[in-house]
Amino acid sequence: MFVERKRALMKAAALSALAVAALASCSKKEEAAPAPAPAASAAAAPKPEPVKVAFVYIWTAGDAGWTFAHDLGRKEVEAEFGDKVKTTIVEKVPEGADAERVIRDLAAQGNKIIFATSFGYMEPMLKVAAEFPDVKFEHATGYKTSTNMGIYDSKFYEPAYMAGIVAGKMTKTNTLGFVGSFPIPEVLRNINAFTLGAQSVNPKVKTKVVWVSTWSDPPKEGDAAQSLINGGADVLLQNTDSTAVLQTAEKNGKYAFGWDSDMSAFAAKAHLGSAVANWGGYYKQAVKSVIDGTWKMDRTVWGVKEGMNDFIKPADVVPADIKAKVEEVKAGMKAGTFEVFTGPILDNTGKERLAKDTKADQEWKDKVDFYVKGVEGKIPSAK
Amino acid sequence: MNEIALLIAATLASGTTLAMAGLGLLLNEKAGVLNLGAEGMMLVGALAGFGAAYASGNDWVAFAAGAAAGAVMAMVFGVLVIWLNTNQYATGLALTLFGGGLSAFVGVNFAGKTLSDRGGVGIPGLADVPFFGPALFRQHPMTYIAIALMFALGWFLYRSRSGLVLRGVGESPESAHALGYRVRWIRLGAVMAGGALCGIAGAYLSVVRAPLWVEGVTAGSGWIALALTTFATWRPARVLLGAYLFGGVTMLQFYLQGEGVEIASQLLAMLPYLSTIVVLALISRNPTWIRINMPASLGRPFHPGS
Repeated sequence: MFVERKRALMKAAALSALAVAALASCSKKEEAAPAPAPAASAAAAPKPEPVKVAFVYIWTAGDAGWTFAHDLGRKEVEAEFGDKVKTTIVEKVPEGADAERVIRDLAAQGNKIIFATSFGYMEPMLKVAAEFPDVKFEHATGYKTSTNMGIYDSKFYEPAYMAGIVAGKMTKTNTLGFVGSFPIPEVLRNINAFTLGAQSVNPKVKTKVVWVSTWSDPPKEGDAAQSLINGGADVLLQNTDSTAVLQTAEKNGKYAFGWDSDMSAFAAKAHLGSAVANWGGYYKQAVKSVIDGTWKMDRTVWGVKEGMNDFIKPADVVPADIKAKVEEVKAGMKAGTFEVFTGPILDNTGKERLAKDTKADQEWKDKVDFYVKGVEGKIPSAK
Repeated sequence: MNEIALLIAATLASGTTLAMAGLGLLLNEKAGVLNLGAEGMMLVGALAGFGAAYASGNDWVAFAAGAAAGAVMAMVFGVLVIWLNTNQYATGLALTLFGGGLSAFVGVNFAGKTLSDRGGVGIPGLADVPFFGPALFRQHPMTYIAIALMFALGWFLYRSRSGLVLRGVGESPESAHALGYRVRWIRLGAVMAGGALCGIAGAYLSVVRAPLWVEGVTAGSGWIALALTTFATWRPARVLLGAYLFGGVTMLQFYLQGEGVEIASQLLAMLPYLSTIVVLALISRNPTWIRINMPASLGRPFHPGS
């Protein structure tokens, strides 16, 4: 069911392995350097050793996108705890055997808590977690846990719903477009939430979906966006990483949204708002619990309420009443009174998937395998 | 009707990358050198082009930078395989890995940066013709340059004296050598020209097609371009045709998905590659076809005086 998650880096595997080895050795050097410092100051005032915190990234942090958003979170940890923590990052770690080695190295180097920020790190991390019972492990977007490995995720469908509200109002053709990566529940939730949001202000809206089978391949994402626009879609959302969809919309005089991080700078006219995640709050809480010795294995799913997700920078062209509607929904999410997936929810074959006035629970959300009414076509993997 | 016109337009835009690179590799191979480093040259060209466009804001400076970068990469490859007689396959693969690493390393500074949009330029008078205007005459100039290049290369290879010499070097370097032609220098020239075209293809990708820099932006198109030369049985017109066929199938699968056609998207994503393999298999069934068109000394080193 779960296809390989987050940016598999298959090409030039050998090269990547070298790069990882180089990076890993770099981080080792960084560890070695500050070691004498605490020893020297120990005589003056007994200062506690900084708690070592490590992050494993699938890509380089860059200026936008998934890894960039996680790195912002890491910087928040540094700003909050100052010299009480020491963070280490390893970038561009391929999912699979390399990831296992990198995570094991990080654990062996004395990191007290390790965050792995891609779905494909789940199995490797699970293996390493069993070998280092004293180290805390945290895995993003996964579903497997162990005594010292917790998982955390965000409710991206909440900002996707808010984007939908804006899209439903801004579309002139009543056709929205969605560039999807892989048909896994997480992405299907976002497509459905986007469509439900649009329908809440414009019942005539339909959504066309094109799958690109990749998390990041800008020319392909751009081609997919272009074909959606050619097919009549005039407001686009994507569940991929790059800014290509936004740029394609800009080129065609259509609208689109930023995803993962604030992308307003990449398309002045096309950008209607950005659906973002702020991982910093969770990272700070998890690191604090390790410092205090209160860390507990848990599954954490945070959304707008906890400040993990947000819909930011609505464009000036968005009418004031729609901005107010978005704020109203956001306030409902913050107060915990508004749930995106509230019945009745019909799938696009007319079958009822959620009964009237029922709020979806976590299990229901974990198993989303259908398009809601208004999304065109069939999900590729579902027969 | 309008959607079909847009589909054709997207196909031309998408095929141009492959056409430029494919024609460059064709020139290489006609001189008897097989350069598997296409992907690496394209990546370095893409980075150089992006950097130049970012700094100067001018597309033509970007294409020149891409061409220069591709040519330099090709020169390194050329010196290795032509003078030092290293294995062409291994050296080409090394060039691909090196180009991928180099562009990633230097490109860190550009990660996530974008360029302003480069739209097509309408050809006055023709751009507004119904159907044909949006389909054919609102492209980026590089689309037309690729088509002109196909004709130019066809003329050069089959109608000009220098083209005859170049083909001679690819067929039988010993004979060309005996006639007094400087086989190694001619090969180096062809390799560098091919590298320059691959570099331009890369720059077109990162500056025009998707005006942003990410690592590995070519996503395997160098390999497709290599396959195209065989696919085309080393004929320039067929390289262009193959490039548009590939681009067309890619765009068609997105189009069908958007229309809600019930085919697995994974299958559709495979379609362009699958069709390439099928055509390659069909061509290979006819050995004389390959033998007549394939440069006889392709991939073989040349030792003068042996």
